[in-house]
Amino acid sequence: MLEIQNLHASVLDIENSEILKGVDLKVNKGEVHAIMGPNGSGKSTLANVLMGRPDYEITDGDILVDGESIAELRPDQRAHLGLFLAFQYPAEIPGVRPWQFLKAAHDAKAEARGEEKMSVRNFTKLFDEKVEAVGINPDLVKRSLNEGFSGGEKKRNEMLQLEVLQPSMAILDETDSGLDVDALRIVAEGVNSMRSPERSFIVVTHYQRLLNYITPDIVHILVDGKIVQTGGPELALVVEKDGYREYLPAAGATG
Amino acid sequence: MTLATSPAAVEKFSSAYANADQAKSPAWLSDTRKKAWSIFSELGIPVKRRGNELWKYTNLAPVAESNFEYDVSGSVSIDQVRSTSPWDYTWNIAVVVDGRFNADLSNLTEDVGVSVGSLSDAFSSGSGDIESQFASLAGREEYAFTALNTAFASDGAYVAVAPGVNLVNPVQVIFVTSDSVQSRASYPRLLVDVGSDSSITLIETYVNLSPSRQLSVPVTEIFAARDAAVRHYRIQMENENSFHLATTRVAQMEDSEFTSTSFAVGSSIARNDIHTSLDAPGAVCTLHGLYMTSGQQQQDQEISTTHAKPSCTSDQFYKGILSGNSRAAFSGKVVVKRDAQKSDATQKDLNLLLSRGARIDAKPSLEIYADDVVAAHGATAGHVDSDTLFYLQSRGVDEEAAKAILIRGFAEEMIDEFEPESLNTFVERVASERIPVLLAESDTIGTT
Repeated sequence: MLEIQNLHASVLDIENSEILKGVDLKVNKGEVHAIMGPNGSGKSTLANVLMGRPDYEITDGDILVDGESIAELRPDQRAHLGLFLAFQYPAEIPGVRPWQFLKAAHDAKAEARGEEKMSVRNFTKLFDEKVEAVGINPDLVKRSLNEGFSGGEKKRNEMLQLEVLQPSMAILDETDSGLDVDALRIVAEGVNSMRSPERSFIVVTHYQRLLNYITPDIVHILVDGKIVQTGGPELALVVEKDGYREYLPAAGATG
Repeated sequence: MTLATSPAAVEKFSSAYANADQAKSPAWLSDTRKKAWSIFSELGIPVKRRGNELWKYTNLAPVAESNFEYDVSGSVSIDQVRSTSPWDYTWNIAVVVDGRFNADLSNLTEDVGVSVGSLSDAFSSGSGDIESQFASLAGREEYAFTALNTAFASDGAYVAVAPGVNLVNPVQVIFVTSDSVQSRASYPRLLVDVGSDSSITLIETYVNLSPSRQLSVPVTEIFAARDAAVRHYRIQMENENSFHLATTRVAQMEDSEFTSTSFAVGSSIARNDIHTSLDAPGAVCTLHGLYMTSGQQQQDQEISTTHAKPSCTSDQFYKGILSGNSRAAFSGKVVVKRDAQKSDATQKDLNLLLSRGARIDAKPSLEIYADDVVAAHGATAGHVDSDTLFYLQSRGVDEEAAKAILIRGFAEEMIDEFEPESLNTFVERVASERIPVLLAESDTIGTT
């Protein structure tokens, strides 16, 4: 279970740069939460702060996983606890092969948890199965990580990592409005096939489109660094129809 | 001449020169050596940096200030060579110890169409075109270190491939500096003559068994005849107290191909000075390399190609990984002469800086005198990217491991170029062993 309490976060080393201004959120095992909001509301920051991106600083509040604070943990330690962030624009890393990298990640997680590392043979078997499951071109994953991948291929690669690492809490940063339908479908398929009573998801998105493919249990509206409304899947439809106008301070003042 | 006006360090080499064995040299060689000595006596060690483009970024004072014995009596065991160098019994291997060819340590195969052996023997028997070839490329310009080597040249290795021979197994020449507490100077020399329509994979390896300061001044000359294809590799891993000032000169005839990849990790001050001259139409030359430096190392790549005739192609591409307080200089030069129309030249130097103290001086330059030319050049220096690092860390690998993965990834495309399996395994292992050393001295992340 993930619990976010009164979370305040700023850009590291920049004064008056507060982006998250008191976020409260509780995600139970097996739930899928959608976080929606207008541009600049702090959605992507929230996703990144949860994973521990060093560019941000938590100035108040806490993040708890199964009751323990993770606010001071490094990104890799958070990953060992089961967190996972699917990146909107994953880095292109020439010369690093996905198999290699995922084996290192898988081993590091096993080691941190006091579990036995998977043998090269078993890992290769797992890897190949997942490559087939997410429908990524096997030739691509022999090459560099994300380098020269199309948008859709990068998404598939993120889903491949999700499948291989089997996190208990996956955060999907899909804030960009420019995502094409194929990419949306790839992400949705990944989430839907991984959905289980033991695994929770936070799907961060601007438009309701993605939620046509993933049905969330709970939808939150994030505006100006705070969650201003929480509801069921129907809330996403309202936003789709009316936009975020009614939540924006300017709209409130005039209307 | 008074000492005050004498160029740096010449005296230190003069008694060794006077005592150097000239007895077995044929007359023409003695003559060449004498001329070379007089050139070196005039030039000395280039310690002046101001106004000296070649040595602007590199301080050779430590070389000029050190004393070196000239002594070729060192002995080396086969186990020492095999444990420090790439080795494969299918390869034709010549081992040269302190500049002397050593038949007992060599692994000379029965491959037909190639002769691999001692340069001294080639001198005395007048093999091939040795008289006209020797020091003809490494003598085109007056340069202190080629002159110094030539002045002492009495042995080394000689490789000749007959016309129309496609060698399957690589030829390797290993230049070993023997284990000694003395500081010694050695002058490794290699002459490679590749006949027309022939192909060879040639590996040059420089290793140092001594932990103390040694000076190694190698000169390699390679002649690629018409339609010849030379796949060249250069491995430099001398000890970190040593000086390695190497010159490679290549002459390419019509439609010949010279492809070289270098891997340089050794020495306190090292220079890989390579010049290829595209002397006939259709010649193709590829000069690639990877350098990794740490501590106080200075590692230079002085890379130049002359397009003398039309329709030649050249590609220079180097990558550097620098840590600690190390420095590297990349000077890439492409000269396209007036009648070298339809030339195609590219040049690139990419550097990964792992510490605040590390420094790269990159100086790509194109001198183009023809008008119908395609040319491109560029150089970059960057730190490990913080976004990339976060991406890897978010998957569960710690910062140190993530950096190691990124460094390895940066080096990958160069390491991949070392194709012969035993060579690839060797380079892969040495690079993997170097990464933790570089990381231990790393103190930067991100682009600031």
